[in-house]
Amino acid sequence: MKPSGNILFSGVGGQGILLASEITAYALMETGLDAKKSEVHGMAQRGGSVVAHLRYGDTVYSPLIDPGHADFVVAFETMEAVRYLPFMHKDTKVVVNTHKIAPPSVATGKATYPHDILAELAKHNIATFRVDGFEIARTVGEIRAANLALVGALSSFLPVEEDVFLAVMKKRLPRKLEENIAAFKKGREITSL
Amino acid sequence: MAKADSEKIWLSGNEAIARAAWEAGVTVASAYPGTPSTEILENLVKYNDVYTEWAPNEKVALEVGLGASFAGARVLVTMKHVGLNVAADPLFTASYTGCRGGLVIVNADDPEMHSSQNEQDNRNYAFAAKLPMLEPSDPKEALVMLKEAFELSEKYDTPVLFRTTTRLAHVKSLVTVGDRNMGPVEVKIDKDPAKFVMLPGNARARRQAMVGRQQELLSFADSYPGNRIEKGDTKKGIITGGVAYLHAKEALPDVSYLKLGMSWPLPEKKIRDFADSVDELIIVEELDPFYETHIKAMGITCTGKDKIPATGELNAAIVRKSLGGESETLLPPVEMPMRPPNMCPGCPHRGIFYNLSKLDVFVSGDIGCYTLGFLPPLSAMDSCVCMGASIGVAHGLTKALGGEQYKKTVAVIGDSTFLHSGVNSLANMVYNKSHATVLILDNRITAMTGQQQNPASGETLMGEAAQALNLEQLCRAVGVEHVTTVNPHDIKGTDKILKEELKRDATSVIICQAPCVLIPEMRNKKITPLTISVDNCTGCQACVRLGCPAISWQPLTPEEAKSLGKREKQKGYTKISTEMCNGCGQCLAVCKFEAISEVEEG
Repeated sequence: MKPSGNILFSGVGGQGILLASEITAYALMETGLDAKKSEVHGMAQRGGSVVAHLRYGDTVYSPLIDPGHADFVVAFETMEAVRYLPFMHKDTKVVVNTHKIAPPSVATGKATYPHDILAELAKHNIATFRVDGFEIARTVGEIRAANLALVGALSSFLPVEEDVFLAVMKKRLPRKLEENIAAFKKGREITSL
Repeated sequence: MAKADSEKIWLSGNEAIARAAWEAGVTVASAYPGTPSTEILENLVKYNDVYTEWAPNEKVALEVGLGASFAGARVLVTMKHVGLNVAADPLFTASYTGCRGGLVIVNADDPEMHSSQNEQDNRNYAFAAKLPMLEPSDPKEALVMLKEAFELSEKYDTPVLFRTTTRLAHVKSLVTVGDRNMGPVEVKIDKDPAKFVMLPGNARARRQAMVGRQQELLSFADSYPGNRIEKGDTKKGIITGGVAYLHAKEALPDVSYLKLGMSWPLPEKKIRDFADSVDELIIVEELDPFYETHIKAMGITCTGKDKIPATGELNAAIVRKSLGGESETLLPPVEMPMRPPNMCPGCPHRGIFYNLSKLDVFVSGDIGCYTLGFLPPLSAMDSCVCMGASIGVAHGLTKALGGEQYKKTVAVIGDSTFLHSGVNSLANMVYNKSHATVLILDNRITAMTGQQQNPASGETLMGEAAQALNLEQLCRAVGVEHVTTVNPHDIKGTDKILKEELKRDATSVIICQAPCVLIPEMRNKKITPLTISVDNCTGCQACVRLGCPAISWQPLTPEEAKSLGKREKQKGYTKISTEMCNGCGQCLAVCKFEAISEVEEG
């Protein structure tokens, strides 16, 4: 039996979720797995919540992850990890960017950003791996590399060798390859301890 | 790319359809952008030897397609589901004329309304217009079946509908690509008035030809390999198609399936044989009970929508639960602030809706990014129905309200939507004398679907310079005497004009002209971001009420306020994110305390 799994990527429009999910999918497919990804364009973007479903295995039928069946959640924004709690199960691993982006109601002072929101995951004993994507991006000198840091943190859990990821990045990243690889490695360190 | 197989690549449904169109020898393609169909032409334009264009609306796109087909070319026309309503007029008669070169109309439905105002099930159009409809489940099938659709079109002399949904259009999977093969029809003028001139005499003959075609298509459906039986446990048999097939297969992998690749006409013999081979027949389909209704009309006993929801998108969990599976206990959702979409920082529309939010008017809205003007804190839209509706709705309001009330009616419509189907309604306003004020939000692009060109953009889909339609001249040509152009970033100037035009006893148009911040020339422009002086900010929240994503409210406790040297009562101050700020200056215009200024260089 080939390995199979469901990865849910969540965040805010414009955070590079698309690229992160593509790099992950191509790495999985390099090992001979089938992969399907589903996302939503149009009105759902424009700074709103964005989610991409990535499923892999021997043969993938449905392009959508069923609620309760996301094995991994990669959240590019803190609150956007917890929003998808109903997609998680007791063994879900969550990789979460500690970067916070205020939704409109918070930015306009009508609501407050929930305090210690990740405690909601801890309540259900969900394994949560915090990645300071912003800080990593700053350290490697490419402000847009936070998404690759998150992919790096996710990569430790996937049935794919690190070299495969690096080869995919070399092939698919148009620029700032070195910085992105550095961000990937820093992310991977967080989860491979 | 999976393994090293160069024939297999990972494509979205829309990319696969574009690839298939090229492989099928398509030489002409026309479309109006609409989620989830837009990326088809955006990808097809990258291939050589295909003429692609954005038409001003879907009706025009289909008529262009018909003409090219009459000339013998293989043609692709694409649109979203509601676009087919606009194109329905030529569609129903194209069913009579048939075609010369293969004509395939890709129709993208949007169950769950991810990016649409309704979730109509366009399989019903295939039935109503008496046209064959193919419906793939994933990108791999889409690539194969689109090529089959062209053969079907030429063999049976019929336009072919090709239905996708969001979860095919925007799903990526492995596909097998091939070479380009041109169609067999010679491209030339081939006059055939009995077929192409739909006067009643000719149309009656064509109507009879359609009856014969329907019979032939029925036989085709029974032999079409895309309608396939997958034998499994015969206690349950499922008839399904499109993406619903994938959800069902995931939920119940072991039962028997009749997977329909052709949604119309239905393969009656195959359905009867399949029904006889299973104990219980269940129809699993997204949205309407389309297969179910027609299968029941054949006198076959089945179940379907009594179990499976007829609204929204399906997934495997819904299918499993509907068909008697145990429902799983899910972790409970956590209440937290929603994150709706918003207009971009520096969006010119924001200034308009800020002004409208201060006025006591009914804002008749339309379809585009500016529909987001409905959301708080601007909350300045009172109706939105379909493409181009804003002007007609505003006219209707003024006629019903009468008297002085008409001075409280505003229509708001984007440049692309105005040219799609708003201009006729403007002619009606002038002709039938209503005095509402029409705001054309001219950002020079079809923004919501991802910045596609339109007749006012000055450029074609293929990147050639084009005549940029002059909106002011067009409005004057339909008889509007009062046409004013404003810069929507100039909040105060626009407010003055708005108030003047609302008072006017005549139809008036205000063209609010400023480019979308996402078009390349704006992205490459040097930006001088703005910043807020915490010292000067009094926490009045005037700028916050713009709802700009770059502006955020920073709450203060009385102690914090005091330590910043402010009144204890000041509840907070505002911050501008220099990374996000586009320097549009709208917040600068609304700040009365000189707290906002340009970031100093260096």
